Amino acid sequence: MVSRWRVAVLLLWAAIASADDAALERRVTHVAEQLRCLVCQNQSIADSHAQLALDLKRETRLQLSQGKSEQQVIDFMVQRYGDFVLYRPPFKAATWILWLGPFALLAAGVATLLYQLQRRAGSGEYEQ
Amino acid sequence: MKRYILPLGGFAVLLVFLGIGLRLKPQEIPSPLVGKRAPEFSLTQVGDARETFRSTDMRGKVWVLNVWASWCGPCRAEHPALLELSKLKVVPVVGLNYNDQRGDSQRWLNEFGNPYQATAFDGDGKTGIEFGVYGVPETFVIDKQGLIRLKLTGGLTSAQIKEQLLPLIQELNHG
Repeated sequence: MVSRWRVAVLLLWAAIASADDAALERRVTHVAEQLRCLVCQNQSIADSHAQLALDLKRETRLQLSQGKSEQQVIDFMVQRYGDFVLYRPPFKAATWILWLGPFALLAAGVATLLYQLQRRAGSGEYEQ
Repeated sequence: MKRYILPLGGFAVLLVFLGIGLRLKPQEIPSPLVGKRAPEFSLTQVGDARETFRSTDMRGKVWVLNVWASWCGPCRAEHPALLELSKLKVVPVVGLNYNDQRGDSQRWLNEFGNPYQATAFDGDGKTGIEFGVYGVPETFVIDKQGLIRLKLTGGLTSAQIKEQLLPLIQELNHG
């Protein structure tokens, strides 16, 4: 009887532990997807198998398992590797052109197009 | 003639941007650690696992920390320049042996010469992460107060040592 109880307790413990592991792994992946691998710059550290990416993932797992929040881990990486490690760079003085540039170009394109169309309509270039 | 001005102008702007793009070095990422306190570490030495190197022992000195590994090709390329620097004896050069095997790194030093006054063994790369190391070799200049004053990524050249490292070290030593 005792040994059966022991097995049951062990099984329960293993189930809880593996559920914990799965939850931790999900959090590790969630953080890793937001961090850029600095050696292979177009991959996140979740996708990359570079040594650095593996090391940073290991560090992420360690810190999360020690009870740090995802934001704390990301801040840790930014302090050491800079904003470049973020796949989604913050909006600030150095990056505004990155965020707004495409919209500015689009607006300029649309404005040029409208201007040209208006001019052509006015000149009657295409009228028979 | 007038109708060509706009496309040509656009093309010129594009050329300027492409030209700037060619000159950028995406591998060189500015380190946020420059101007900040160097992370403190205490690691065993490559040559002797019973000997410990403590970064706090360097307080009050201007020193150079060179991150290297025996598996790293560019480290081999910068090695002669580093040996030259250590022969000048103007600055202590400390090695941080990053993500390596102790036997491999010791063999490497025996074979090619040892420019380091001490070589800290960072086998799992944890200290490297503290320093924001993303590629080896990397070279840091740390001042008397323990602040990082310069970080160079990639193989060190004699020209870089002459033009960047030595003047900075001299300035920091006198300041």
